[in-house]
Amino acid sequence: MISDITIGQYYKENSIVHRLDPRAKIILTVMFIAMIFMCKNFLSLALMIVFVIFSVILSKVPVVMFLRSLKPILPIVIFTAILNVLYIGGENIIFEWKFIKITSDGILTAVFMAVRIICLIVASSILTYTTVPTMLTDAIEKLLSPLKLFHISVHSLAMMMTLALRFIPTLIEEIEKITNAQKARGADLESGKLLERIKAIIPIIIPLFVSSFKKADDLAFAMSCRCYTGGDGRTRMKQMKMKASDFVSLLIFALGIAGVVLLNIYFGAVI
Amino acid sequence: MKNYIEFKNVTFGYADDIDEAPVENVIRNMSLTIEKGDFVAVLGHNGCGKSTMAKLCNAIVTPQQGKVFVDGIDTGDEERLFDIRRKVGMVFQNPDNQIVATIVEDDVAFGPENLGVEPKEIRRRVDEALKQVEMYDFRHFEPHKLSGCQKKMVAIAVIIAMKPECIVLDEPTAMLDPRGRQEVMKTIRMLNEEFGITVVLITHYMDEAVKANRVIVVDEGRILLDGAPKEVFTNIETLKKTGLDVPEATELTDMLIKRGLNLSHDILTIDELVNSIVSITEDKN
Repeated sequence: MISDITIGQYYKENSIVHRLDPRAKIILTVMFIAMIFMCKNFLSLALMIVFVIFSVILSKVPVVMFLRSLKPILPIVIFTAILNVLYIGGENIIFEWKFIKITSDGILTAVFMAVRIICLIVASSILTYTTVPTMLTDAIEKLLSPLKLFHISVHSLAMMMTLALRFIPTLIEEIEKITNAQKARGADLESGKLLERIKAIIPIIIPLFVSSFKKADDLAFAMSCRCYTGGDGRTRMKQMKMKASDFVSLLIFALGIAGVVLLNIYFGAVI
Repeated sequence: MKNYIEFKNVTFGYADDIDEAPVENVIRNMSLTIEKGDFVAVLGHNGCGKSTMAKLCNAIVTPQQGKVFVDGIDTGDEERLFDIRRKVGMVFQNPDNQIVATIVEDDVAFGPENLGVEPKEIRRRVDEALKQVEMYDFRHFEPHKLSGCQKKMVAIAVIIAMKPECIVLDEPTAMLDPRGRQEVMKTIRMLNEEFGITVVLITHYMDEAVKANRVIVVDEGRILLDGAPKEVFTNIETLKKTGLDVPEATELTDMLIKRGLNLSHDILTIDELVNSIVSITEDKN
């Protein structure tokens, strides 16, 4: 039901990862992604996987949650793996039948790609599971603030993101209301051919569109009545502060990336 | 007492386009003054212009003719809009469309943040405001998970946190159940009595208007009646003609007087009526 909707996919828990500064978490995620794409042999891959596993354990988010976010990606992982196996050529041919040619290079690439995609999803899920969406937008605002030099209004951008997040449940509620109102007037939304069903959505979309503009207008009034004049001269109640733990985790990840690079150099690249 | 809000021969109408002349005037040559620290209820049927009066107080709209002053500042002066809005807080009818943040306490903090208040002071104000409306336990909630009454309370806390000198409430109890209405009214009274905040309450509930110090009845953009509740509600005929009700107790008193009972005309609440009937019967005994 409507009241169950949580914006984003925040998982309430009180772990070390949850308590990290959201800015640090965004940077850590970027470092994670860099690390994932840098590993070129099994040892560096293993090091990266250790990082993923440790982060998952520290976040205290149940593994089931991660499996749930992996589920929709699984077909893509399998599809790319099959394509890699079939199309990557190489000298070491393992299996050959008519036009199908499987090489050891192909299998290696497939395995690496699959592991990378899975780790990518898990790493970014850690960020969204452990950070409240509004904190994320605040952090993005802070991180992008150097763009102010180029006269880009980062504050407006962040405000737009916050408002978009805020209005998701309101609009879902509105859709439900309009759908019920149309049903009460005899609209048939569930049966018929695909084209008919798409057409049936129109009487829902148009009122929704009109009411969103009305809502936006009301909100703009309400905001200006509360003295909102844009980002200048504004203070924030919740101040973000980088703590020792944030710097330590950044350091650990930097060391992780260094480790991956060193392992790549010492043991050579497999792919 | 000092005049706080002043309407001087105000005429206002909504136009389809900014450059066009208004189709019909909603407010017609209205003059009134509201004193600092007063509790004023504005009554009227739908479409009489009472919501527009609220918007005029906060410079959301400015009059086509005449002037509106808030604490001596002309609302037509665009450079002082910020000053006017920090003095006069406004609670709109629909709480859903005035919530900015995804968490209750962040929403309450939004106003003070805009005013550039120190972070620690904002925290203090937010906690205080939420405690005053008894919503402190809900501070980490998402607004869409609150009930209608709770949303209204948050909307009031939002304004309290900005520490305005005057609060304008546009039908704050619309769409609430009787208990929710009582809660909201209790809070509004407290703001007026304990903090000396000037309150302008726009409503169409008589029993709410009775609680104010002064009642203004508006009809067709003009002030029809203006005075203490006891004076205003004795004009039963005039009120009925404009399509408004009178408090039930007042109406019953009127009927009893017509039947020959020796009651005073200025009875507004059921308790008052019961007491005076009791005193009459005691006299007879």
